[in-house]
Amino acid sequence: MDTLLNFIVAAVLAATPLLFGAIGEILTEKSGNLNLGVEGMMFMGGVAGLAGTYYYEKAVVEPNAVVSIIIGVVCAFLCAMFGAFIYSFLTITLRANQNVTGLALTTFGTGFGNFFGEIMGNAAGGYVSVGTVIKAAFDEGIPVLKDIPVIGKLFFDYNFMVYLALALTIILAYFLTKTKTGLNLRAVGENPATADAVGINVTLYKYLATCIGGGISGLGGLYIVMNSANGTGGVWVHNSISGYGWLAVAIVIFATWSPLKAVICSLIIGSLSVIPYYYQIPFIHSAIYEIFPYIATVAVLIMMIFRKKKSNLPPASLGLAYFREER
Amino acid sequence: MISENTKKEPLVRIAKRAELSPKKAALVRFSSIIVALLIGGLLILALGYNPISVYGGIIEGSLLTPTALKATAKIAVPLLGAALAIAPAFRMKFWNCGAEGQITVGAIASTYFALYHVGDLPAPVFFVVTFIVSAIFGGLWGLIPAFFKARWGTNETLFTLMLNYIAIGFVKYLRIGPWMDKGQMFPKVPMFDRAARLPDVFGVHIGWIIVLLLVVFTYIYMTRTKHGYEIAVVGESVSTARYSGMNVAKIIMRTMFISGAVAGIVGWMLALGTNYTLSDTTANGYGFTAIVVAWLAKLNPFVMVLISAFLAVLQKGSNSIQTNFGIPASASEVLTGLILLCMLGSEFFINYRFVFRKKSVGGDD
Repeated sequence: MDTLLNFIVAAVLAATPLLFGAIGEILTEKSGNLNLGVEGMMFMGGVAGLAGTYYYEKAVVEPNAVVSIIIGVVCAFLCAMFGAFIYSFLTITLRANQNVTGLALTTFGTGFGNFFGEIMGNAAGGYVSVGTVIKAAFDEGIPVLKDIPVIGKLFFDYNFMVYLALALTIILAYFLTKTKTGLNLRAVGENPATADAVGINVTLYKYLATCIGGGISGLGGLYIVMNSANGTGGVWVHNSISGYGWLAVAIVIFATWSPLKAVICSLIIGSLSVIPYYYQIPFIHSAIYEIFPYIATVAVLIMMIFRKKKSNLPPASLGLAYFREER
Repeated sequence: MISENTKKEPLVRIAKRAELSPKKAALVRFSSIIVALLIGGLLILALGYNPISVYGGIIEGSLLTPTALKATAKIAVPLLGAALAIAPAFRMKFWNCGAEGQITVGAIASTYFALYHVGDLPAPVFFVVTFIVSAIFGGLWGLIPAFFKARWGTNETLFTLMLNYIAIGFVKYLRIGPWMDKGQMFPKVPMFDRAARLPDVFGVHIGWIIVLLLVVFTYIYMTRTKHGYEIAVVGESVSTARYSGMNVAKIIMRTMFISGAVAGIVGWMLALGTNYTLSDTTANGYGFTAIVVAWLAKLNPFVMVLISAFLAVLQKGSNSIQTNFGIPASASEVLTGLILLCMLGSEFFINYRFVFRKKSVGGDD
């Protein structure tokens, strides 16, 4: 029972950064922009959040947990958003190829994160690390509630970012299906020419969705850097975010562009990544688990051929640029 | 009506440009690199270093000694090879983001021979066999997404991306499982026997000659053959290709097999010529960077030589500024990213022009 409980908790903790990355990318892709720079933006968000909290801690005598959380989240969001803005400017205004721009953003963002992480480390004389107050702020569960036996541990002992990710997911799901702006956004992603013809500002929608989506993805990077589930919280580890961004892109497909399904898919992939630490599964080598998410994603891509339900398909204009003059 | 339309015409609008002369286009691209280096220089300056001496350090650490030059070439060769692999697929507008995986699969195939059959064959035969097998496996790995794209139109960008991680994950399994070096504490694939290592020519493994030959072959294949013509037509318009009687599915699958095969050959030279072992980082991101290289070169193989050499200089040079200035080597990724993004942006000024609102009514094109 204890093993099961620990396993579930570990799976949720492993799933959260993926969920941030995935719902950010869902918002982006709903506008028709396929931003393959998720990993780059996560790196940018991660390093900026760490820098924000680290310098805040250095600037004040007694760092406050709530203030450090706000600073970390805001810095991560803005920096990742800046990455997404570069992407938007290049693909929407300057009409560059989306795939290529996204990959260039990944190169830039990965370098940006490692570079500044190491610069901060050099300045701190070795490596950069935040103090116990801030570490705890990014790790601790809800006071009082978390002490309820079993239920407390299962539902209330996660750090605030887990709840933030869930809240953002629900807001996004509501936004995309129930609000006029959300429906307009989906129209832009499905058929920008038609959306343009009925008076929707295609450029504005694409910019906003991509930038805000990028910011949300960046929070996933903040989570990986600040949370100590993987052993190192509030420390810059070289290339620590490698691979998460691509997993997030995979989850978007796996979840067929639905935020709520992304929760389940992140959980599945999160649990696959931690299962070897809790259970021995015969016949399957632990290294093989790591491939499962990608195989599942390929399977979903293939199954889409047979399942022509409109809601499960990618936005029709995904990856295609829209130029009014070339309509 | 007319007057209202004129009133609403924006101050600036964007129009497609007639072909810009190659000289001017080259000038625009060159200036974009300068802009990127200036931004990078400002960054270096902000960190308290002298940009000129840092850039000097990059050049010195990558080009000015024979050892450095060889190390730079070892980076440029696979990058160029991967960019060449991507070119035919991209000409066809098949967004092959899977070179990383195709390289890895090629490397896996040659590693199998290097580990288990190195003594069985005379050296030249061994290298020819591994070369062919790597090409075939890389090609087959590229064929999978092509098959699904050709038959059912699945999204090839996402499909090829996922296949990368399946290939890399499989290497992780081999490393810790069946191919693990039993004599080591850390799980890794053993170093290859000397007989399984590619011979050097002028201090760099023979792969560089193969890649330079591939530059010429790719150029001829894409511009002077029937296949190349078919690829271009499919890339321009699938319907046109179909109406003119081309077998589009066959062309897509054939081209992706070739694309994957070339990437597989890059895997062959990385495993047998550079690393002398197999690891999950054998492809080392070359497959991704190559996409940008190929794109910025407008899929012209000769321009790819220049761009991949330039990026190799940055990467090798940044390692040496880490030792000499204490600037993290990740600076190379930042600079590379900046240059790529600036060059991507500059394409706009080559393809489009601004049209300013005219004072007089009418007279619009």
